[in-house]
Amino acid sequence: MIEDFVGHFGPYGGRFVPEALIGALDELTAAHESAKNDPEFQKTLSDLHRTYTGRPSIMTEAPRFAEHAGNARIFLKREDLNHTGSHKINNVLGQALLTKRMGKKRIIAETGAGQHGVASATAAALMGLECVVYMGEEDTKRQSLNVARMKLLGAQVVPVTQGSRTLKDAINEAMRDWVTNVATTHYLLGTVAGPHPFPTMVRDFHRVIGVESRAQMLELTGRLPDAVLACVGGGSNAIGIFHPFIDDAGVRLIGLEAGGDGVATGRHAATISGGTPGVLHGTRSYVLQDVNGQTVESHSISAGLDYPGVGPEHAFLSDIGRAEYRAITDAQAMEAFSILCKTEGIIPAIETAHALAGAMIVGRELGPKANLLINLSGRGDKDVQTAADYFGIPL
Amino acid sequence: MTQLSDLFIKTKSENRAALIGYMPAGFPTKDECIMAIKAMVAGGVDAVEIGYPYSDPVMDGPVIQAAAELALSNGTGASDVFDILEATVAMGVPAVVMTYWNPIERFGVENFANEIAKRGGSGVITPDLTIEESSGWKSACESAGINRIYVVAPSSSEERLPKVASECSGFVYAASLMGVTGTRNSVSGNARSLVERVKKATDTPVSVGLGVSTKDQAHEVAAYADGVIVGSAFIRQLQESSSMGEGLERVEKLARDLSEGVRR
Ligand SMILES: Cc1ncc(COP(=O)(O)O)c(C=O)c1O
Repeated sequence: MIEDFVGHFGPYGGRFVPEALIGALDELTAAHESAKNDPEFQKTLSDLHRTYTGRPSIMTEAPRFAEHAGNARIFLKREDLNHTGSHKINNVLGQALLTKRMGKKRIIAETGAGQHGVASATAAALMGLECVVYMGEEDTKRQSLNVARMKLLGAQVVPVTQGSRTLKDAINEAMRDWVTNVATTHYLLGTVAGPHPFPTMVRDFHRVIGVESRAQMLELTGRLPDAVLACVGGGSNAIGIFHPFIDDAGVRLIGLEAGGDGVATGRHAATISGGTPGVLHGTRSYVLQDVNGQTVESHSISAGLDYPGVGPEHAFLSDIGRAEYRAITDAQAMEAFSILCKTEGIIPAIETAHALAGAMIVGRELGPKANLLINLSGRGDKDVQTAADYFGIPL
Repeated sequence: MTQLSDLFIKTKSENRAALIGYMPAGFPTKDECIMAIKAMVAGGVDAVEIGYPYSDPVMDGPVIQAAAELALSNGTGASDVFDILEATVAMGVPAVVMTYWNPIERFGVENFANEIAKRGGSGVITPDLTIEESSGWKSACESAGINRIYVVAPSSSEERLPKVASECSGFVYAASLMGVTGTRNSVSGNARSLVERVKKATDTPVSVGLGVSTKDQAHEVAAYADGVIVGSAFIRQLQESSSMGEGLERVEKLARDLSEGVRR
């Protein structure tokens, strides 16, 4: 609806990349466009989702959690029940099919929490592709279980020791690999950031979340939700659930960013709430940066949200006022994490806990008549170590 | 238009390629960076590229990454880059700044172009700015009277290459290979055909960068290109030396060797 032919969302998006990558980005854009209009491709993908991912994902009402959220009705879109445990698989299967369509045999991916790396390694195993995953050294320690999962799936995991040793540096290293091996390799980017066509293409692969949710909410409640909430790292699970609601003016779209120790402390990853417009990783959007345009390190308890950039479509939706973005601190997220565990028997990913904390706040603001739809983007198995440390549970 | 065009007229008349040396601003420190550039010029470098150290250098290999990280940890910022540019111009050689796009956008597109001109710089190389995103930059550079230099790659299509090349002034930066900066054992065979393709599209001089580090490699490239760009090899002289004095000697010696290399 809003992007132009080179992938702009208002002043955001576009392509800021070495010339060496333009050919590959054009090829990918063409492959995506043709696949979008190819019923055969769409059928292959939806069959895979049905028989492999486990789609459609279910919708769970959370009445005991709702008691902590102003007694608003709370509906959880269960992306945590997808194969590999998060929404990431939606995009990965789509791009892996495109990789084969383009005749490439090797995929590379970056990962923060490890969820996108695991999903990529999974798709590579399923489709017989070689897979290399770049992961910040810091994150390989925070998410060691996911490192083991990727290795079990046959992927090579490369710890990245440059810079802050987190997601942004993993993306840098993946881009360097791509510039070098672009003829044989597809860069399977894991979120709605990066140069065109990634923000548009990754969104298209995640729209299924919102499309299913919209129908499920209508069926369960007879109307559209009052607000849709999702956590925002790069912004893929959020845009996936937001997008089919954008034209529904009465539905509030609320993105929850990682506020770390609090936006005022400077130790956070709340890019829209606390950043400024700039260019990072091939796209113009909001960026955490200093006066010289150097990227500033982000901080979050959640590896998957620990990124100083954000997808350009979110920047645009924020500027035009169609979506709102708020910051949730580590402490608020961990409180919501614990409440969901104990009230509903669901252990969420810590990323997702930011959306749940947002629901507790927005639910209190809107009260018992409101219906809130929350993207439960992932499960917390990978976070057991971090959560146990946080809550002082000896392992 | 600027000193760069004069340089290529001169080197052509001397039947040789121009030798262009790269040094990241603020590496290892601001003063030592200027000393290193002085040593390059003393050894025979014809023009200097000053790198704006950036936190996310996706086009750079480990050598320039490490140098940029050190420069940034010293607090190097825009004003230092401009000071070093001015000091280089005072040495009597044309100088350009090479920078990723975000620092320009952050500084202000017009202000950046104007400041380059004010400090006597010839132009700016922008390795991650696509021509599609260049409209503001183009008018800023035109009104400041400085050169815009883009990088073309072996993968640039027949359709696209002439478009990018025709947007360049001063010279066209031809990336010799698909990959990041760094020294290589041999110059990629792609370089020659890329230069030939660019020359069909434009009369602007073509300089080859990425992977050139030795006299023999410089000689090989000088046979078909107007300019030879060397970066990582100079930086390594400083990184591998136990003292600044030794580093400066090695930089000057390398410049002298390369400068013999670019003579046909
Ligand atoms: C469960 C989960 N949710 C959310 C995210 C954040 O990514 P995005 O903002 O692209 O959805 C991640 C990233 O790793 C994740 O694993």
